[in-house]
Amino acid sequence: MSGIAAEIFRLLDRLLDFGMPHLVAVPILVPMLTAALMLLMGEHRRRLKSFLSVVSGLVGLLAALALLRWVNAPDTGGGPGSIGVYLPGNWPAPFGIVLVADRLSSMMVALTGVIAFAASIYSTSRWDRAGVHFHPLLQLQLMGLNGAFLTGDLFNLFVFFEVMLAASYGLLLHGSGRLRVRAGLHYIAINLAASSLFLVGASMLYGATGTLNMADLGVRIAQIAPADRTLVHAAAAVLATAFLAKAGAWPLNFWLVPAYSAAVSPVSAVFALLTKLGVYVLLRTSTLFFGHEAGDSAQFGQTVLLGLGLATLAVAAIGIVGTQRLSNLAGFSVLISAGTLLAAVGLGQRAVWAGALYYLLSSTLAASAMFLLIDMVERWRNAGRSIAPHESDQTAPFLSEDLTSFDDVNLDDDAQALYGRAIPAGVAFLGLAFLGCTLLLAGLPPLSGFVGKFAMLSGLMEQAPGRRGWLLLALLLGSGFLTLVALSRAGIRHFWTPTQGSLPALRAMEVLPVAVLLAACVALTVGAGPVMRHAQATAKGLDHPAAYRDAVFGARQRLGPTQGGAR
Amino acid sequence: MEAVLAIAIGVLTGSGVYLLLRPRTFQVVMGLTLISYAVNLFIFSMGRLKVDSEPVLTPGFPATLANTADPMPQALVLTAIVIGFAMTALFLVVLLASRGISGTDHVDGEEDA
Repeated sequence: MSGIAAEIFRLLDRLLDFGMPHLVAVPILVPMLTAALMLLMGEHRRRLKSFLSVVSGLVGLLAALALLRWVNAPDTGGGPGSIGVYLPGNWPAPFGIVLVADRLSSMMVALTGVIAFAASIYSTSRWDRAGVHFHPLLQLQLMGLNGAFLTGDLFNLFVFFEVMLAASYGLLLHGSGRLRVRAGLHYIAINLAASSLFLVGASMLYGATGTLNMADLGVRIAQIAPADRTLVHAAAAVLATAFLAKAGAWPLNFWLVPAYSAAVSPVSAVFALLTKLGVYVLLRTSTLFFGHEAGDSAQFGQTVLLGLGLATLAVAAIGIVGTQRLSNLAGFSVLISAGTLLAAVGLGQRAVWAGALYYLLSSTLAASAMFLLIDMVERWRNAGRSIAPHESDQTAPFLSEDLTSFDDVNLDDDAQALYGRAIPAGVAFLGLAFLGCTLLLAGLPPLSGFVGKFAMLSGLMEQAPGRRGWLLLALLLGSGFLTLVALSRAGIRHFWTPTQGSLPALRAMEVLPVAVLLAACVALTVGAGPVMRHAQATAKGLDHPAAYRDAVFGARQRLGPTQGGAR
Repeated sequence: MEAVLAIAIGVLTGSGVYLLLRPRTFQVVMGLTLISYAVNLFIFSMGRLKVDSEPVLTPGFPATLANTADPMPQALVLTAIVIGFAMTALFLVVLLASRGISGTDHVDGEEDA
C-alpha cells in the first residue's frame, strides 16, 4: 500500500517538474478541449465519449492532486510550497487575468475531480443515453467549476459562473419530463436574476475601486475614501446575494430541493458541488476583501452570513424530517451542509474554518454518494420506473401498497420461505452504502462526518463561544439528530420492509462510483491527521491573505524566445 | 444626464422586477430581458458618464482616464450582452418545452386551483 502511494507521489512530482506553472490551467483546459472534441463527434460513438469523459476526469484529478502536493510542499520561495499563479495572457496582475492555485482552490479542484470521476463512470451505465450531449455538458460544467475555483479575477469569476450555469441548465433538463422542465424553468429564472445581481455588484466594485482583480480589490478596499465606503459595502452586499442564492442560503433556496431531486442522479451528484462553489466564493471574497487589514470594513457582513447560515440550517433540518422521498432527503442534506458551512464562515474563527473545510469535503462526497445510491435503491423498489421516477409528484413512492403486508410475500420464486437465507450481495451493498451515507451525513462516529463536526465544535470551544456560538452548536447537533431520524426512517422503509419484486440488479459501473466516493470518505477518516493539517494551513492562509496577494502581484511575465532576444 | 440615466435604469429595473414576479412564463422572460438591459446600462455608467471623450488612445492626448472613456466597462458590457442574449434564448426554449409538456404557460406548469 505504501509502495503504491510512493509511486503516486513520484508520478505527481514528475508531473509538477514537467508542468508547473502551466499545470494550474490544466483543470480548466482539459475539460474544455474534451467537450469540444466530443461535440465534433456528433451524437454517435457513445462508448468512445464515455471513455473520453472518464479519462478527462482522471486527468483533472491527477492535475488537482499534483497542485495539492505543490501547495503543501515545504516552502522554498517561488518553487513548490508557494501559491501557484498562472498568467494566461502573460500580463502582470492586476492588468491581466490570473489563475491562482492556493490551498483552498487546489482542495476544491481535487474534490471536483473525485466527484466528476465518479459521476462520469456512473453515467456510462445508462443515464448518458437519456438525452443528447450528456458528456460534453458534464465536461463544460467541470470547466466552469474548476475555473471558478481557480480564477483570481472577479469578472472571470462571472464568466466561469455562467459557463457552469449554462452547462447545469442543460444537465438539469437532461432526460426531459414534466418535473425536470418545471424545476428547470424555476432554476434558470432564479439564476438569471442572480447573475444580474452579480453583474451589478461587480461593476459597482469596479466603479468604486477601479479594479476587478480580487487581490487588488482587497488592497484598495482597505484604502478607500470614507465617502465611498458605503458604496463598497452596498456593492459587496449585492454581490453576496448572488453567491448566497447559489449557495442555497435561506430564503433564497426554495428552488434547490425540487431541482436537485428532479435531475438524473449523476447530475445531482455533481450539483452537490455547486452549492459549495457559492460557499467557496463567499469565503474567498470575504477573507480577501474584508479581512483584518481592511480597516473600517473589517469583518463586514459576517454577522449576516452567520445568521443566514443558522436560518438555513434550521429550515433544512425541519425540511429533512418533513420529507419522505429519498431524493428530497439528499437535497435537504445538501442544504444542511450549506447552512453549516455558511454559519462557520460567518463565525470568523480560524479554528472553526479548519473544521468546516474538512466537513465540506466529507459532506460533499457523502451527498454525492447518496444521490447515486438513491437511483439504485429507487430503481430496485419501484420496479423499473426510475427513468421518470417522480412523475407522481408529492406522493412518497411506496407508502401505500408496499407497507401493507402480504401473505405470500416472504416466499421466493419457488414458493420457498426466504428466511434464513444469506443476504444477496446487491442488497448488502445498497444497505451498507446507505448506512455509510447516513453516518456521514448525520455526523456519527466512526466516519469522517463525525470528525468534521467534532473539529468544528472543538474549534468553537477554543474561545468562549458566546450566544451565537452556542446557537450554532445546538443547531449543528440538532440537525445531525434530525438527519439521523429522517434517514433511519427511510432506511427502515426501504431495506427492512418485505419486497414483492426481485433482487436489485446492479451493474459494476454503478457500484464502483459509490464505492469510490465512500472509500474517499473512509480515506478522509483514516488520513484525518494530514487532511486536518492541510485544512488548518488553509484556514491560516485565509486569515492572513497577504501571502495570496504577494503571490498574485509577484507573478512575473515570461518572455518568449523572440521577446527575450529583442530586449 | 446622470438623472436621465438613473431614471431609465430605475424604470427598466422596476418594470423588470414586476414582470419577473408575474405568473406567465413569457412575462418572466420579458422581465429578465428588461433587467438585463438595466444591468448593462448600469455597468456602462460605472465607467463614469462623459461626453465627447476619446474612445481609444489617440496621439496628442495624454493616455489617462481624464481624456478617454474607460474601456473596461465597455468590455464587461459586451460580455454581459452576449451571455444575457444566449441565456434568454435558452430560457425561451425551456419556456416552449414547458408549454408543450404541460399545456399551459403558467410558471408552475399548472393553473391556479
